[in-house]
Amino acid sequence: MFKGDFIDNLPKIYGLYTGGFLVFIAIMAVLEQLGVDAETIGILFVAFTICIYAAIGWISRTTQVDAYYLAGRQVPPVFNGMATAADWMSGASFVALAGGIYFGGHGYLGFVVGWTGGYVLVNSLMAPYLRKFGCYTVPDFIGTRYGGNLARFCAVVILAVASFTYVTAQINATGTIAARALNIPFELGVWFGLLGILICSMLGGMRAVTWTQVAQYIVLIIAYLVPVIWMSNVQGFGLIPHFSYGDAVQRIAELEATLGVGTAPTETFAGLKALVAPHNAPGEDAGMESWKFFTLALCMMAGTASLPHILMRYFTTPSVRDARQSVAWSLLFIFLLYFTAPALATLTKLQLLDPELPTAIIGKAIDDVMALDWIQKWSEVDFLKISDSNGDGILQINEFFMRSGIVVLATPEIAGLPYVVSGLVAAGGMAAAMSTADGLLLAIANAISHDLYYKIVDPTADTKRRLIVARLLLIIIGAAGAAVASLQLTGILGAVAWAFCFACSGLFFPLVLGVWWKRANRQGAVAGMVFGFAAGTGYLYAIQNGMEPWWGLDGLRFGIIGMPVSLVAMVVVSYMTPAPDEETQAMVDEVRKPSGRTILAANH
Amino acid sequence: MPGLNPEADAAHWRKTRNLTLFVLAIWAVFAFVVHIFAGTLNEYTFIGFPLGYYLAVQGSLIIFVVLIFFQNARQDAIDEEFGMDE
Repeated sequence: MFKGDFIDNLPKIYGLYTGGFLVFIAIMAVLEQLGVDAETIGILFVAFTICIYAAIGWISRTTQVDAYYLAGRQVPPVFNGMATAADWMSGASFVALAGGIYFGGHGYLGFVVGWTGGYVLVNSLMAPYLRKFGCYTVPDFIGTRYGGNLARFCAVVILAVASFTYVTAQINATGTIAARALNIPFELGVWFGLLGILICSMLGGMRAVTWTQVAQYIVLIIAYLVPVIWMSNVQGFGLIPHFSYGDAVQRIAELEATLGVGTAPTETFAGLKALVAPHNAPGEDAGMESWKFFTLALCMMAGTASLPHILMRYFTTPSVRDARQSVAWSLLFIFLLYFTAPALATLTKLQLLDPELPTAIIGKAIDDVMALDWIQKWSEVDFLKISDSNGDGILQINEFFMRSGIVVLATPEIAGLPYVVSGLVAAGGMAAAMSTADGLLLAIANAISHDLYYKIVDPTADTKRRLIVARLLLIIIGAAGAAVASLQLTGILGAVAWAFCFACSGLFFPLVLGVWWKRANRQGAVAGMVFGFAAGTGYLYAIQNGMEPWWGLDGLRFGIIGMPVSLVAMVVVSYMTPAPDEETQAMVDEVRKPSGRTILAANH
Repeated sequence: MPGLNPEADAAHWRKTRNLTLFVLAIWAVFAFVVHIFAGTLNEYTFIGFPLGYYLAVQGSLIIFVVLIFFQNARQDAIDEEFGMDE
């Protein structure tokens, strides 16, 4: 059945895997009919999928540097697209995005536009050129293009800060899901999640992460689409809800007026929110709301094009053309989830608000609502709270508080779907968080082991030693991430937006101009990284400590401060110092040609 | 053999750059411009959606996907023209 090598058989292997996963879902559904309880089904879903990922990680173990850092440069575009999509879509995308749209309305859609439009920048400005370069890591490009250990070191620092901010949020998410699905304390769940993440990445590096990420994408996209489409059919919103929920958007606007959406709640509960923002209110043209949408989208796009765990996925393809193709596939696979999330947010809101639907809770007697199964279940774990603030016995919109993650997690229960769907959603959330955490940990550990240890500290280290250092770092950084995650400092999404702003403040212009501006030199790049990153970080520090944000630029948008500083510093300092030598300029010319040998030799 | 003909290389880069600028111009319209005027666009309806809302949840996203596939097809043609395809 399997002729040829592993790569030739990829469609067959993952086809079988997908079929196997569907059979597993069917078996779980049968078990549910036979009377197995929801908790056991949840445990089986999470445990089974993690065992599969661990098995793939074990099979993909390697002792080759090229395989460890670049998956042997043989990942075909469609599969690299799936791996990138899993790498990209984090616990936040999976669990929090729909909830964010539910609560944030139009303003929040800046994330949806930003996190997809960023790939146009990746494809136009970065991916093909970095692939041509043949680097192992993003600092490897900075270090070689600009020359010198200082530039390389600055890039490593920014990469580490941005990615570490991001990875703590992911480990936090794996901990939350593991804790809920396996019924263990959160602190233990975090370490359990980390164990799963490390098994996938430690033995096989990029190669193992690539093939587990493809498997994780398949699980997460099935787990996201199946409940939404099923819910839509059960509730009569149409066979495929994506193209038919326009009426629901308009209906919500009518309901918002009659239900009094916008009235601030009189009570607060830690971590829970009541719906206040209207669903679709973009504000006046070019007004403050537009400015906030624009700045958020811009930061997320530039951040996408600067985040090393995404860029390094495009180093793994066989050719420059394949790198471009895999950006296109990545965005298509990401799009499938991102154009579903707003549909889910809208339909969930309609189900809760519209008095003509049987699922509505707003405007009903509080006692009746409290008797609903899903309300009781999620109240017990403090994911939602109902409080009769005005004492009239009726649930008003500003008396219903919940966490944003609940929109995805509780969909199956609100719509009355079987438990097996909830188990599937838990497995999907776990896949999303694990795959992103894997990519991020590997990006940090590879940058430190390759750029800091091998290129700067000990250039004579042999292959064996380099790979031991890389793996040790993976464990140390993972443990540090889990330790920070168990402190639960910020919500999942806050930390994610910070990572994008850190990355675009420090790395966006040094990366782009490295290819697109020959005159850019070492001094300019260092200035761009240092000043951009310092300005963005300093501004974030100031507003976190009580400074009034300028022009509404809050902690989600501080890249708007960092990026222009970075650009100006880089251009001014480049012009004040000598142009790069001819060899460097010739190197830039060579990078711009899609054919021919890579700039950096294999096994550099 | 690429690299031996600086004039062809320059022409290849000029075409690549122009394609990139064209793609980025369309990107800027659907990433930013339409959303800045979402309020006005919402007065129009598209397949049942307020238009401004539709663009933010689907329209722009679909344009981005199509744009990248288009750009890659064009870039492949440019690379082929200059013998830089592999």
